[in-house]
Amino acid sequence: MNQISNRQAICDVLLKKAENDKDIVVLCSDSRGSASLTPFASTYPDQFVEVGIAEQDLVGISAGLAACGKKVFCASPASFLTTRSYEQAKVDVAYSNTNVTLIGISGGVSYGALGMTHHSCQDFAAMSALTGMRVYDPSDRFQMEKLIEALLEDKEPAYIRVSRNPTEDVYDENIEFKLNKANVLGSGKDVLLVSCGEIVPYAKKAMEMLNEKGISTGLIDMYCIKPFDEQTLIEACQDIKLVVVIEEHNPFGGLGSMTAQVLGHHCPKRLVEINLPDEHLISGTNKEMFAYYGLDEKGIVARTIKELGI
Amino acid sequence: MDKLTRKSYELRRDIIEMINHSKAGHVGGDLSVVDILTVLYFDQMNISPENWKDPNRDRFLLSKGHCTDALYCVLGEKGFFDVNEAIETFSQYKSKFIGHPNTDVTGVEINSGSLGHGLAIGTGMALAARMDHRDYRTYVVLGDGEMAEGSNYEAMMAAGHYHLDNLCATVDLNGLQISGTTSDVMSTASLAEKFEAFHWNVIEVEDGNNCEQLQKAYNSAKNYKGRPTAVIAHTTKGKGVSFMENTASWHHGVMSAEQYAQAVKEIEEVLAR
Repeated sequence: MNQISNRQAICDVLLKKAENDKDIVVLCSDSRGSASLTPFASTYPDQFVEVGIAEQDLVGISAGLAACGKKVFCASPASFLTTRSYEQAKVDVAYSNTNVTLIGISGGVSYGALGMTHHSCQDFAAMSALTGMRVYDPSDRFQMEKLIEALLEDKEPAYIRVSRNPTEDVYDENIEFKLNKANVLGSGKDVLLVSCGEIVPYAKKAMEMLNEKGISTGLIDMYCIKPFDEQTLIEACQDIKLVVVIEEHNPFGGLGSMTAQVLGHHCPKRLVEINLPDEHLISGTNKEMFAYYGLDEKGIVARTIKELGI
Repeated sequence: MDKLTRKSYELRRDIIEMINHSKAGHVGGDLSVVDILTVLYFDQMNISPENWKDPNRDRFLLSKGHCTDALYCVLGEKGFFDVNEAIETFSQYKSKFIGHPNTDVTGVEINSGSLGHGLAIGTGMALAARMDHRDYRTYVVLGDGEMAEGSNYEAMMAAGHYHLDNLCATVDLNGLQISGTTSDVMSTASLAEKFEAFHWNVIEVEDGNNCEQLQKAYNSAKNYKGRPTAVIAHTTKGKGVSFMENTASWHHGVMSAEQYAQAVKEIEEVLAR
């Protein structure tokens, strides 16, 4: 099992790149440890800014630095970054088109038993709704590294959701990565699974299990939630009977909603969404919660079979 | 009359024209802040159309963005664009001169309008100057009503913590906001003590519509080392137009033909001196 978390993968890339790029600046809100960015703060103290527990300030200062030519990465728990500082993300980053990458750490239900205050089950919807903001949720460390490298090459705002714990590798060093292009992890004739982030390893297992049962199943890793890769989805679902979206997000405005929108516009298909319900969630580790709400491989397989009426 | 005061009344004349033409804008605050803008743009800051892309230029942020009417007039008079274009198209259909500062207008650093954003952005700009070993200064202008926004205090804390003596905030303290006096709506009293508590150098300007007093304050701020400076400018909302002065309803009032004529007459009388 891989032991390198996606957050550590971010730090590794930034550490490497900052050696020759003094414009890279990282900001945290008393969150350097939970963001795995302590090595960056220690190695490049002149390129690191601590703002304390002040998320509005975190994003505002980030925008000011970016407006002066800095390539800014600011990291704070996704739950606070996407709600407490939402207006700064809207005005100072998205509307002002500043070169800020907002890193929402411990995204989704990563914090498990810490409860609803610490969950971010609305971040895809909230951040996608901002004009000028891009939204990403990479599935593993390899995809995350490629994404950070790609974002360092442009100057546009972005939000990345990052899971807390190491996830099983989906790719390897030879990952084919193109910014804003989803990765197709398998193609099938009956079912198409669509997922992102740390749910992808579960969806990959579910795909394998369904194929073993004779249900021809494919999978898209839609790490680019906005801009959504419509083309890959449309191409993959031409002859499909059922599309199943699995996401660590509530039912409103996330990957499920966006998939439904694209299908509705271009190629209507039967669509099932497996996501977190619109209610206060149970306590547990994220894995326990995934299992309870049917987001793990068993849940995905069971729901797919049920929906197919087999 | 000294040059800066004259400039501030010429700008008042532009503002009244813009407000009357558009039937929009925030005239009370414009007339309150215009002397601060005049001293900063025509005496203190090294910002001009010629150095607009120079990374060493000073940075200016109008955090009380609704007074962009005054800022547009200042930028026009500075030569960033034809001030008459701003006056004629302000708040009109498809105009870039919208009711809050936006970067489609040359001379505007960043989009603003929602209150309580400027000081954090300014803090970031001042930090960038330090990282890059540049000696430009960052100026942020806030309203006293705006000081009810909690985000300001986060930024005050960070700027004080990092000893950003290249940052200068000005509070246009006119004592009024849209619903009445700040003391009635939400007291933002003791601003000097609040800034001091966050380790800022504070300069109170008794008459914030007096260019000479403002000039002195900003000169002193430039020389102060180790702390950011807050200039608390005690201003008069609607300054220069008698019937608007100290009247909350002129936060964004529209003038009648008679009121417009009266406003023009009063300003031109000053300019004729």
